[in-house]
Amino acid sequence: MAYKRQIDRLPIPPKDAKVHNVTCHYCIVGCGYKAYTWDRNKQGTPTDNAFGVDLSEQQGALGKWVAPAMYNVVKQDGRDVHLALVPDEDCVVNSGLVSIRGGRMAENRPSRVTGTQQQRLTDPMIWRNGTWQPTSWDDALDLVARVTARIVTQGSEDDLVVSMFDHGGSAGGYENTWGTGKLYFQSMKVKNCRIHNRPAYNSEVHSTRDMGIGELNYSYSDYEVTDTIVMVGGNSLETQTNLFLNHMRKGLENGARMVIVDPRRTVTVNAAEEIAGKGNVLHLAIEPGSDMALFNAILTQIVDKGWTDGDFIDASTYRDGEAVAMDSAHPAGLGSLEYAMKTCRTSAAEAAKICGVSEADIVKAAEWIAKPHEDGSRRKCVTCYEKGVIWGNDNYRTIGAIVNVSLATGNIGREGGGCCRLGGHQEGYYRPSDAHVGRPATYVDQLLISGGGKVHHIWACDHYKTTLNAAEFKREHRRRSNMVKDAMDAAATGTRGQQVEAIVAAVNAGGLFVVDVDIIHSQIGQNAHVILPAVEANEMNLTSMNGERRLRLSEKYMDPPGTARPDCLIAAGIARNMERVLREMGHHAYADQFKGYDWKTEEDAFMDGYHQGNPDVTYERLRAMGNNGVQEPVIGYENGKLIGVERLYADGKFDRHGRDDKKALFCAAGWRGWQAPGKAQEQASHKFWINNVRANIFWQNQFLDQDNDFIQDRFPYPFIEMNPDDMAELGLNPGDLIEIHNENGATQGMAYPTDTARRGQVAMVFGSPAGSQGNVVNPGVNELVLPDYKHTWGNIRKLADATPQARAVSFKSKEYTS
Amino acid sequence: MRCKNLVDAGRRQFLRGGALAAAGAAAATVTAAPAQAAPTNAQVDYPSNRLANIADLAVNEPLDIEYPDADSPGVLLKLGTAVEGGVGPDGDIVAFSVLCPHLGFSMSYNDGDRTLNCPGHFSRFDVEAGGQQVWGHATSNVPQFVLRVDDKGDIYAEGATDLIFGRPSNVL
Repeated sequence: MAYKRQIDRLPIPPKDAKVHNVTCHYCIVGCGYKAYTWDRNKQGTPTDNAFGVDLSEQQGALGKWVAPAMYNVVKQDGRDVHLALVPDEDCVVNSGLVSIRGGRMAENRPSRVTGTQQQRLTDPMIWRNGTWQPTSWDDALDLVARVTARIVTQGSEDDLVVSMFDHGGSAGGYENTWGTGKLYFQSMKVKNCRIHNRPAYNSEVHSTRDMGIGELNYSYSDYEVTDTIVMVGGNSLETQTNLFLNHMRKGLENGARMVIVDPRRTVTVNAAEEIAGKGNVLHLAIEPGSDMALFNAILTQIVDKGWTDGDFIDASTYRDGEAVAMDSAHPAGLGSLEYAMKTCRTSAAEAAKICGVSEADIVKAAEWIAKPHEDGSRRKCVTCYEKGVIWGNDNYRTIGAIVNVSLATGNIGREGGGCCRLGGHQEGYYRPSDAHVGRPATYVDQLLISGGGKVHHIWACDHYKTTLNAAEFKREHRRRSNMVKDAMDAAATGTRGQQVEAIVAAVNAGGLFVVDVDIIHSQIGQNAHVILPAVEANEMNLTSMNGERRLRLSEKYMDPPGTARPDCLIAAGIARNMERVLREMGHHAYADQFKGYDWKTEEDAFMDGYHQGNPDVTYERLRAMGNNGVQEPVIGYENGKLIGVERLYADGKFDRHGRDDKKALFCAAGWRGWQAPGKAQEQASHKFWINNVRANIFWQNQFLDQDNDFIQDRFPYPFIEMNPDDMAELGLNPGDLIEIHNENGATQGMAYPTDTARRGQVAMVFGSPAGSQGNVVNPGVNELVLPDYKHTWGNIRKLADATPQARAVSFKSKEYTS
Repeated sequence: MRCKNLVDAGRRQFLRGGALAAAGAAAATVTAAPAQAAPTNAQVDYPSNRLANIADLAVNEPLDIEYPDADSPGVLLKLGTAVEGGVGPDGDIVAFSVLCPHLGFSMSYNDGDRTLNCPGHFSRFDVEAGGQQVWGHATSNVPQFVLRVDDKGDIYAEGATDLIFGRPSNVL
């Protein structure tokens, strides 16, 4: 049965409702919303309300409407209040548009009144007497500090492994990355750390940075005035919804063409065709992992036909051959265009063979990108890329090959140009230097699997759902953490000191002490010994920037659930306890390193971190800038306004690599087939390519959506899009529960017949709690430990007939038809 | 495509009735909950509006309707096989709002795969699966109208399962 909300009337916000600025805390686009809150016993009327709209009349398309998912009852300053969370028409990012994720922010708030999100953690918990028992912050932080201090002083800080988010939005943001960063990179120098979605502490886009080009260099408005949009391994209608609908769409309506490089036909391809007409959309459905060869061929076409921007190349790029040699930290050499071409040169015929698309289409793509207009003026082209290549084959060189084309055509730093990653979360990174981590960084998940590390601090990461080689990781992590649980149970009647001794003995014998900081009791949290409850945006004030570097303050409008705290204040609590315990242990000099955390609020953390590096920026000034905020970097404050930068590198000087000459470098992106170990062999020995894809309906690993009836009703199991003929061959009906298996492990999902799916290629949604794709992904990474999640092959067998739940859902095409 | 072949006398009857019902609804509100001292019902009171007669319907030929008033367009469908929420002797008659529950654009019916499709932002809904959003941006499935069929085969709408786009109350 389709989920029916059975709501036919909602309270109306009164004129005097409080209004807070909210930036959607989900994807990188960061749409603007307004949170209206008002007393439980008050309401507006159809003709006298906070919106100033006559609600007694049917509103037209795009009219003001509070959908049921935009409403809740939440706690504010200890009192129950109504909440209506609606899109902001005046925000330039979304212009009042709403996504299926952002539109549900209100109902995904914890409410004891309406019963939503009761999975949220409310109190610290300690593994005690065979299960997790709620306790006080002082008690929990004391145990964390005592064990951590013992381990890092008995051995070294290398025995402390940290998994920590580095993003904005959600529970990230400048406040929280600073809090955790100060703890692990300033008070300590932890090098065995990793980021929420990958097994090391590294950039996902090292090559563009090494070329001098920061990965978020444009303004979203560039899509509206460009001639051509190139999207590589992205699916923006699903994953950056209102970037597509509010900006790319305008570009297409203004006459832009679009090139989409993706082995799979996505809803973005379909929507682009609907808007621009099929003749203006070129979908290059390349062989998986062959993007680099394609872009090398496009670059070759552009160079050979003289469509490069010579003036730009002379003025802004390195001209003297090799600038950076290939070495262990650089999987490709970097230098002049001519230097790169020696490696990149690829004919259309060669690329057509590798990529499985026609020579004519490769030539056409080059023309759309770079062939001057008939009047001789240059063509503007904006290029965007995301996980298809970031989590793809040969990350460094592939992204380098894409950026090469933008650089050669002078399409960076100019209106209608840009070469950017599309992004997942918002950004919000402000930490002390991570130079001590090294490059390549430690492959942390393998370190843990092989018995390395003794204490594991986890901050809003769930490796269970979001790592590769996940089956083995889970087995080992659980085994090692169980050793500590057993030791704690055996010492259950002992004092705190005896407990700590038991834990230390267990980790010295190969166990792992796990501290999990999260907003819910996650899957990896099942292995935790201490669980610390954190908060999300709007339960705290939170600053982040979006995919065009737009910095906003998303305001606190409600109380955290229970005693949950912002991550920055949890980090401060750990630091203060570390200082106390280390002093007790007599390590006074070390204890002194943990001073400087006397923050009372998240604003204190912001002022201690981000504000120190950006002295013009304060909460008060950001609040005044509202939902349009300011585009970073902030370069001044005048007439009551923060002054930002619309697009980077407008002066043609490139500095992301830190070179004094400020010249951009080209990447010698030599094609070498499958780069990561084991991929070629896996492909040869299995029937199906298991593509790893996203869906607009889910936010990331569904941490909130797993408790949302509307969402789980649609996809009770992770979908696996599959060609109907492949299904028939395996005797599968729509919704049947199937297992994907290979040498790495197995995972499960629901067969979703998809006419446009190619034979032998299935597309499984990423990060599902009901079937982790990471189980079947081999451990292969690139030289800088970037995972190749996208390239996995397996066989498929039926597990069970569709369950009643699965039988009730729609299995129709996801493509809009007019 | 959204069906424009609004047929017969029953349809014209409904249109007239709809217009009257709109005025009547306002009046009815006054009469149904008039005295300030009387308690207000906790639940929205829906009008019972005749949409068509079973004889007016052919399989997979959509009929434009309005419910609960003339400002809220919908579609009435006979699907040929019993479905969720279906009424009539074959359990196959359903009705839905055609205002997209994302941002209120008017949706069209694709009789090929029996979906409602929104030209605004490409959302689509499955009329054979209770109006479930197949793919899209809406935060609810498309409102389904609660139907009743009387002895004469007249089909009445008497409620809705979800909030209709663009109104704080399904009955304004």
